[in-house]
Amino acid sequence: MNLLARYAECIFWMARYMERAENMARILDVHETFARDTRGATNWFSIVQLNADEKDFFSRHDRPTADAVVHYYMFDAQNQNSLLSMLRMARENARTLRPWISTEMWTQINVFHNKLLEMSVKDVAAQNLSKICTWIKEECQTHSGITEGTFYRDQGWYFYQMGKYIERADQTTRLLDIKYHTLLPSPLDVGSPLDASQWMTVLRSTAGYHAFRRVYPRGMSPATVAGFMLYNEGFPRSLVMCVRQIDGVLTRMRSRYEMRGGAAAMEQVDELLAALMSRPIDAVLRDGLHEYLDWIQLQLSRITTEIAQAFFGFQPPLAVQSQSQ
Amino acid sequence: MSVPEGKPSDLLSSYDPGLYFDELFGSMDLPAEHTALIRQRLAALDFEELRRRAQDAERELYNLGITFIVYSDKDAVDRILPFDVIPRVISAPEWSHLEAGVKQRVAALNLFLHDIYHDQKILRDGIIPRELVEGNHNFRPQMIGLDVPFDTYIHIMGTDLVRDRHGTFRVLEDNGRVPSGVSYVVENRHMMQRVFPDLMQDIGIRPVDNYGHRLLDAMVEIAPQGVDDPQVVLLSPGTYNSAYFEHIFLAREMGVPLVEGRDLVVENDRVYMKTTNGLAPVHSIYRRLDDAFLDPQAFNPDSLLGVPGILEAYRKGNVALANAIGTGVADDKAVYCYVPRMIKYYLDQDPIIPNVDTRICREDDALQYTLDHLSELVVKPVGEAGGYGITIGPRASKAELEDCRAKLLADPANYISQPVVDLSVCPTVCDDAIEPRHVDLRPFAITGKSTWVLPGGLSRVALKKGTLIVNSSQGGGSKDTWVLEGGAA
Repeated sequence: MNLLARYAECIFWMARYMERAENMARILDVHETFARDTRGATNWFSIVQLNADEKDFFSRHDRPTADAVVHYYMFDAQNQNSLLSMLRMARENARTLRPWISTEMWTQINVFHNKLLEMSVKDVAAQNLSKICTWIKEECQTHSGITEGTFYRDQGWYFYQMGKYIERADQTTRLLDIKYHTLLPSPLDVGSPLDASQWMTVLRSTAGYHAFRRVYPRGMSPATVAGFMLYNEGFPRSLVMCVRQIDGVLTRMRSRYEMRGGAAAMEQVDELLAALMSRPIDAVLRDGLHEYLDWIQLQLSRITTEIAQAFFGFQPPLAVQSQSQ
Repeated sequence: MSVPEGKPSDLLSSYDPGLYFDELFGSMDLPAEHTALIRQRLAALDFEELRRRAQDAERELYNLGITFIVYSDKDAVDRILPFDVIPRVISAPEWSHLEAGVKQRVAALNLFLHDIYHDQKILRDGIIPRELVEGNHNFRPQMIGLDVPFDTYIHIMGTDLVRDRHGTFRVLEDNGRVPSGVSYVVENRHMMQRVFPDLMQDIGIRPVDNYGHRLLDAMVEIAPQGVDDPQVVLLSPGTYNSAYFEHIFLAREMGVPLVEGRDLVVENDRVYMKTTNGLAPVHSIYRRLDDAFLDPQAFNPDSLLGVPGILEAYRKGNVALANAIGTGVADDKAVYCYVPRMIKYYLDQDPIIPNVDTRICREDDALQYTLDHLSELVVKPVGEAGGYGITIGPRASKAELEDCRAKLLADPANYISQPVVDLSVCPTVCDDAIEPRHVDLRPFAITGKSTWVLPGGLSRVALKKGTLIVNSSQGGGSKDTWVLEGGAA
């Protein structure tokens, strides 16, 4: 059965927005903890930096207070990176895909979005943040579960997985980057109790703390935590794990459906994987974690572009020339 | 089976349909014996219980996203089509009468369309005024001389029926372009099965869930010859169309891709869709797009919804379209008046379901009559759909009547007039009690090689007390429509 190029694109982005929403909830949750433990409101600004939203944020807010930032990333419909906007986009894609996805997938996203919309009208205060974030995480996980259990396994499933793992890889780099932004360049703090507790929070936000402890029962250093999140082969949110998934999904899909496009995307994925495997964590930390994460994000974005070029109908792959503008 | 009338505690005991024909009770002359068991079960229910189940049903419709979009000045809102849980019931003999009537009408309209795009005998014989057909803005000269499979033009037809005070069904309007509403027929049934299994048990209701299957069969039948496994698609204007849910529903029921104009391209007069693996041929298109938007090269050049070049592909016979191009001339409100004569002319039969008596204001004596009896008549513009622009004489204010008179005099050919039909009523769950509300009925007919009519159809209900307009855009709701199985019929 043929998959419409536009559907493939919608599936890919629906998966990305749902994954992104889950991670945004995780980031907000982590920040609440950081804000409580350290210097109050100042830390909230790092989320704005993380998403490169400074310009847009300050066009509507004077200061990055807890309330302002939380509202901005929860309910601000004008902010494309707010949870409400992400859910709206996920729902719009799901709406387009209703002939393709299961009714249960659609219904859950629809109800999830409608509830969030109701909350936004009441504008739930910041003190409920943790509770709401937990709820959002659970809804996103429910989505994953329903998808796993009901989504028909054809081409669409592969695009779903690609979207999900590209987004997850990207978000893992962002979560790690929070630590960079929050800590600020203050080498004196390295190894302090505060430093350790922050690294622990990063791990907890990805539900990776216990797994990390099992791998590293003694001690916790920036190198072990960052290394775990980037390179661990068993941790479901680790960067390497995600890139391997992308690699496998792309390879299997192209061979199973004898697809002509996608070679350039494969090359990009392989290049990223090779680069990840060749760089020990100590070298990464020495040369700058932030720069390294930036480069990975750029690679992920290139992979997305190649996938779009190959499969989303931007170029007619047949010899016939279409009259598209 | 005894009829549970007169028990004072009954839910229906204070129900009074007044002078109207009642779909659940019938009339004095025509009591509805076939609904006795249903009435008995309904009467035994508690009103609060009924309300609660009704609310459950509406919440579920909202959660499932069985909605249409209403555009206001500022934004677009998802609304459910309000659903009333008390069904509208049609007996087996009533249905075989309606089914035959709908088939007859579809047959006559298809013969008419073939005729006006070929020999135009009916115009030459003076049965229908030539200018009414050729001057109609839905008449498509591009269709002249073109042959379509099985001479079928209207593959999907929705016939709006009403029932007068005497219980006689009449045709109010034909919908032969892109009739909508069939998704609600099927979804309403699913909803009733979830919310009221106890009401339906052992009644013997004819199923409606094979509509998609039938539609796909017809789409395959009309596909170009020589294609083994034709690719059928549903062409939608997109997610912002108010009937988008229905497009989803039908694509899913048929198991075919739901495409938009931008997904299709025409190369060498053949239609393709853009897939993840390049262009793939398309053979048969159920289009939910009006003629005017279909092909910017041939019709409205501003349309971004259509597919450039599709008309030529169609004319070459490389792709099938349902409905055919140019059917709008057959469901025009002015042409409607001539359908009984059409039936006589082509089929040599009397209409099985009569029209509502209609006057064509383009004719002088009809205009005079209309002007003289304005306060008793319903005046409708011929080009509008969705209940817009209608003046209901007995309910109009003086100012509204004068406004209507001025419009009539300015452009008489744009109007028809009809007596007010006292639409039948059906018990409906209202805020405090079960009250009578007016209903109509839109059966759906699918025609490829032959015609099949979905048992029942969409029963729309005017929820506002006293109003006769049942359109969803005007605050109407819908009911499940039960056609009873009948051994004898």
